[in-house]
Amino acid sequence: MFPLRRSLILGIVCATVLTCAAQVRVPATVQAGSGTTVQASGSGSTMLYLFGPGGALKREVQRGNIEISGQELKVAGRYTVIVDGDSASFFVTAAPLQKIAFVAHPSRVPAAASRAVQGSAFLFDGFQNLVLTPIPVTFRLAVEGDNGEERRTSSRDGVAWVQLNSGRRSGPAHFVVTSGAIQVRRIVQQVAADPCSIRMSALRAPDGNILVETAPVQDCSGNAVPDGTIVTFTSVDAAGRSAVDARIKRGIARAELPASRSATLSVAAGVVLGNEIHWGGGQ
Amino acid sequence: MNKLLPVLLIILAAALIAAATIHSSSLVPATTPEGAVRALLNQVKARDAVGAYQYVATASNTAPDDFKRDVFGQESNLRTYSSLQLFDTKVLREDDQEASVRANLEWASAVGAVRDTRDLKVVREDNSWKVIWPVQSRPKVPPQVIPVNYLRWDIVTRGLDDDWGAQNVDAPRVRIISMNPVEKDGDFILLGEIENEDTVPGFVSVAATLIGKDGQVIAQEESFDKISHVLLPKEISPFRIDFPNVSRDRIKSVHMQPNAMLVPASADPVMGVMHQALNKDARGHSVLKGELMNQSGQTVNIPHVLATFYDSAGKVIWVSDGYVDQSLAPMTPVAFSIGVRDDLASQIHSYRVTVNQYTRDRVQ
Repeated sequence: MFPLRRSLILGIVCATVLTCAAQVRVPATVQAGSGTTVQASGSGSTMLYLFGPGGALKREVQRGNIEISGQELKVAGRYTVIVDGDSASFFVTAAPLQKIAFVAHPSRVPAAASRAVQGSAFLFDGFQNLVLTPIPVTFRLAVEGDNGEERRTSSRDGVAWVQLNSGRRSGPAHFVVTSGAIQVRRIVQQVAADPCSIRMSALRAPDGNILVETAPVQDCSGNAVPDGTIVTFTSVDAAGRSAVDARIKRGIARAELPASRSATLSVAAGVVLGNEIHWGGGQ
Repeated sequence: MNKLLPVLLIILAAALIAAATIHSSSLVPATTPEGAVRALLNQVKARDAVGAYQYVATASNTAPDDFKRDVFGQESNLRTYSSLQLFDTKVLREDDQEASVRANLEWASAVGAVRDTRDLKVVREDNSWKVIWPVQSRPKVPPQVIPVNYLRWDIVTRGLDDDWGAQNVDAPRVRIISMNPVEKDGDFILLGEIENEDTVPGFVSVAATLIGKDGQVIAQEESFDKISHVLLPKEISPFRIDFPNVSRDRIKSVHMQPNAMLVPASADPVMGVMHQALNKDARGHSVLKGELMNQSGQTVNIPHVLATFYDSAGKVIWVSDGYVDQSLAPMTPVAFSIGVRDDLASQIHSYRVTVNQYTRDRVQ
């Protein structure tokens, strides 16, 4: 008799508790910023707790359909909702792509360099959430008026990246990443590579000194080596060695070396050597 | 009596002021050639140009102002920031009327000790010995306009309010193109060359870390002033890093760290290094001599000469440097001389001289 009575009392208490605790139902995923409805069984007012990566909130709500606004679900990630001791979780996923953060490197690159330009695109929605679903992305690097190079790829975990060859022409190259209607541009300065061959000529100045001058200094792709680049002219004769570190100006470097009856003249820029002239003994 | 006392006090005060301000301009005449040189140098050490000039022989044909400029500097050259610290003298030759005295001078300067050796001729004049102090007259640069239209690089960097990912300008690409470790007098020394491979100027330095056989760091040093810090595009500078009192046996590896920073710079002045030749100085030591020629229109106040010496295989075997204590006026040659290790002189096959410069009133 006694065990039957105890079981009956326990059953009545459990039934009472079950009718008081709400059943919470949430959708599996929600798009960031779009809002959702949480279903809590029962009636009357109760307290709702919501916490996730964007913050936490506590609000008195009426049981039934509880609206959570898009403003409260802007940050992507796992959210948990608790009503009357019952909890449920859902994921907020990124909204459609709205912004690309584009990191391009380097800012200057020698012309015709293999795999020298890197670009990484980070894809974000309007709420700064990485868009993790794969999205087609196109990278393009070109100097104006040139075909340039284009590469199509797909983002992975919110990031797309590429390594491209620099073009053969020097100048400001537009490095553009495009995905859907979103486009971001960076400028990569394509600069002349090392001088390809330096040709020097020499003539006697009115005061007897030796005037040396290069032909226009170019790299192997035909780009003019930038002004300000150092070109070293050297003269070796019986009196010793004389050298002038001249700067390229308007594509040409020139210098004045001391007068000599017989000297060996040479020219170099960095580690690239040019021609040699035997002054006074025939060229 | 009441009137007499103030008058007496005024006369006494005037006499004391006069005694304090007026001192005898005549110094003790030198009775020996070496004494004359020492007396002159002592006055230079005391920075008394008038006193020092009293030991300069009339036969020098040197005006007091020229002497003062020669000894105490002009145009903000290195001598302006120097003072004579030490000297020693040695009589090389002497007779009744004429003598030759060698003076080894050590100047304390803004860039460290600068040593100089002068063989001075001393003559008897007016019953005392006086020093012939010739001052090389510098040609006057005629008034003229020298057009300077060299490049200048300025930099615009990204702002604080730029988006994340917005592009900045990269530091210049630099590369160590040669490196040679040597040991000398118990010191470990790293020699080499660094090139600015980029198309923009850079402020460069080279740091090195020595790792011991136990994997621990033994020492870290930088190239300090044994390098041209501002390198224009395709410019090559030697560097030398000294590790005092570090034996090569203790070192397992060396970690080299070239650093480069994008800086605003100007492509001028252009300086020629003319008539370079290896010679011997008065003491028989090997030196590299030549002339610096400033080919721009602005006076270079403090030139700094760096020399790289190569063996027959093209390997850097030594790097030495020296400051020139004269300023470089436009288109006016100025001689320089820097020391070369005597034990290496026979191995030197070729050399290259570059010039650093400091110009007053110039930002870059």
